[in-house]
Amino acid sequence: MTMLKLLAAQDHQPPAEGDTRTVALPNDAEALALPLDGVDRVDLHFPSFTDGRAFSQAFLLRRRRGFAGEIRATGDVLIDQLVQMQRTGFSSAVLRAGVDAADAQRQFERFPGFYQGDAVNPQPLFAARAAA
Amino acid sequence: MYQYTAFDTAFVQQRAAQFRDQLTRWQSGKLSEDDFRPLRLQNGWYVQRYAPMLRVAVPYGEIASRQLRVLAQIAREYDEPEAAVFKAAMEGQGKLGTTFLPTHCAHFTTRTNVQFNWIPLSKSADVMDLLASVNLHGIQTSGNCIRNTTTDALAGIAVDEIVDPRPYAELIRQWSTLHPEFAFLPRKFKIAISGATDDRAATGWHDVGLHLVKNDAGEIGFKVFVGGGMGRTPVIGTVIREFLPWNQIMNYIEAIVRVYNEHGRRDNKYKARIKILVKSEGQQYIDDVEAEYRQILEIDGGPHTIPQAEFDRVAACFVPPKLADIADVAPEALQAQLDAQAAEHVMFGRWLQRNVHPHQNPQLRAVTLSFKRPGQSPGDATSEQLIALADLVDKYSAGEARVTHDQNVLLPWVHASRLFDLWQEAKALGLASANVQLLTDMIACPGGDFCALANARSLPIAEAITQRYQDLDELDDIGEIDLHISGCINSCGHHHSGHIGILGVDKDGKEWYQVTLGGSDGSDLSGAAAAGKVIGPSFSAAEVPDVIEAVLSTYRDLRESGETFQNTVRRTGLDPFKEAAKQARHKDAETAAA
Repeated sequence: MTMLKLLAAQDHQPPAEGDTRTVALPNDAEALALPLDGVDRVDLHFPSFTDGRAFSQAFLLRRRRGFAGEIRATGDVLIDQLVQMQRTGFSSAVLRAGVDAADAQRQFERFPGFYQGDAVNPQPLFAARAAA
Repeated sequence: MYQYTAFDTAFVQQRAAQFRDQLTRWQSGKLSEDDFRPLRLQNGWYVQRYAPMLRVAVPYGEIASRQLRVLAQIAREYDEPEAAVFKAAMEGQGKLGTTFLPTHCAHFTTRTNVQFNWIPLSKSADVMDLLASVNLHGIQTSGNCIRNTTTDALAGIAVDEIVDPRPYAELIRQWSTLHPEFAFLPRKFKIAISGATDDRAATGWHDVGLHLVKNDAGEIGFKVFVGGGMGRTPVIGTVIREFLPWNQIMNYIEAIVRVYNEHGRRDNKYKARIKILVKSEGQQYIDDVEAEYRQILEIDGGPHTIPQAEFDRVAACFVPPKLADIADVAPEALQAQLDAQAAEHVMFGRWLQRNVHPHQNPQLRAVTLSFKRPGQSPGDATSEQLIALADLVDKYSAGEARVTHDQNVLLPWVHASRLFDLWQEAKALGLASANVQLLTDMIACPGGDFCALANARSLPIAEAITQRYQDLDELDDIGEIDLHISGCINSCGHHHSGHIGILGVDKDGKEWYQVTLGGSDGSDLSGAAAAGKVIGPSFSAAEVPDVIEAVLSTYRDLRESGETFQNTVRRTGLDPFKEAAKQARHKDAETAAA
């Protein structure tokens, strides 16, 4: 599985004022309405890890809009959601301070596959099975 | 039954391994209590009033005998409170009058799952491994995600069936399992499917209700309802699509859930269910879903359109089992034999009438084993009963059973010539109460004896009514009726949809009960799905059985020939019942509250 890039909190810089290449999209904004011309990176936000709106935003940006730049998970990122983030189209995630990197890494090595298609592998398991 | 592939089995095992990883991190302090809670909930682990509760998923209610045996093992070996926990529970509940709390037992729920009330969290990962050994798990049985999809207990065998819903339920199970985008929705999300003319799955009360239908061309599709739900604001689902081609169901549900995930309220948990969004936005919500659905098809390419080959692969699992060693007998001869047995054994005749259902195969019958009897809570089964049940399932029903919405267990593949033998064995086990669909076949949640959310206890009320109505002649005379009891407004006991609903409420730290009449789950017996109406200020626990008796005797006085309780309430309105309930109040406030 392609690895999501994991960033320590101190390695994350929010978009600077006047930076048009990096956009922080608020949690309640429409991902389908965001102008993407000249944008390299979109930061999506988890105000709490139980607020799952950014998963839909990432999916729509990556899959529906075909955005090829970086999609970064910021805010309350739980390592148990990293695989979900990767599958919905995130390419990087800012870990909370103090997270054990090995605990995070292990989450990617667990499941042999998934039933649904997602932003990375659009075809569901049944399509892969039919093609095999 | 669906046959798990190597992939399906490995998936469940890895889910158990993932849970163990989370539990270990929580135990070592790497994962905080607040972070662990939503993760354990999505594996079915609650922490209740005195102890954890585990909810095991039984997808669309189908369960194999070997799975029942593992549930029995869990009940026997793990559903055991530590001494201090049990002492605290008995002392705490003892103050309210509870004298008995069952242990070593499983509980069948209205959403066809199975719950355990005492397993310590320290043993939870071991239990998940044990469950995984028979492809069982607690995936998405709680939490703000897509829950276990439910259907009709008579799916695939009902005589009024239009289309067998089970293959679709299985496809939705797979699609919804660990869906990466929809694991942290505003609130829980429940889907139910009916494939028969009589809706036995309470589809109108679900976040998404699906009716399998055929159009004029004979093509199969779904009539789609969205936004039903119970709780504080009972709402019946709205039709969002009259006919959706069957192979589009996942694409369409994806649109429904995505719009909900984006726009559902997250500021107030009591307003976070999809019903509130559908109500507040109305046509706008429907338009948004249709627009999103079109984009899924036109831009994303509709990747979850179900290919015929995949449907066929799944549907092939749901062929009727081969029943060994039983020769075909003419249906008339079978019926004659049953009639003769019924004439000789009156109780068998009553059981045939109440607990045995016709079948698509005229050689066969479906049998409901009643888990509603005095001395045990509705839907409870001890480990010994679970083993005996598994034996019956192997002997009489090709190894397959169904957990029903009404908290009983149904055997779907019983040969008519073996009904008498089955009845005798079930009777010896206390599972042959001839009360299916009668007053004592009630729905009840675990209530305040176990649940941390409950305002009042449900089980003593259920037991008191059960004890009072033990005369089968009287029950038969009252006729078919739905009595539903919830210990709080979260409505796990479906009080809103009961012909008679009882809701536990808390007033000044005391247990009181609100009684409603005329609710409906949407079945033919009950009429169009609707919430019941309150018949007056709440009653004390001691008053409730008297109030129920007063309501029922009012019905018996007022009914016209052959009229059901529900139809009488609709014809007369609530006034005579309100008056009778008022008269049944205890005169002395002290006795009332005792």
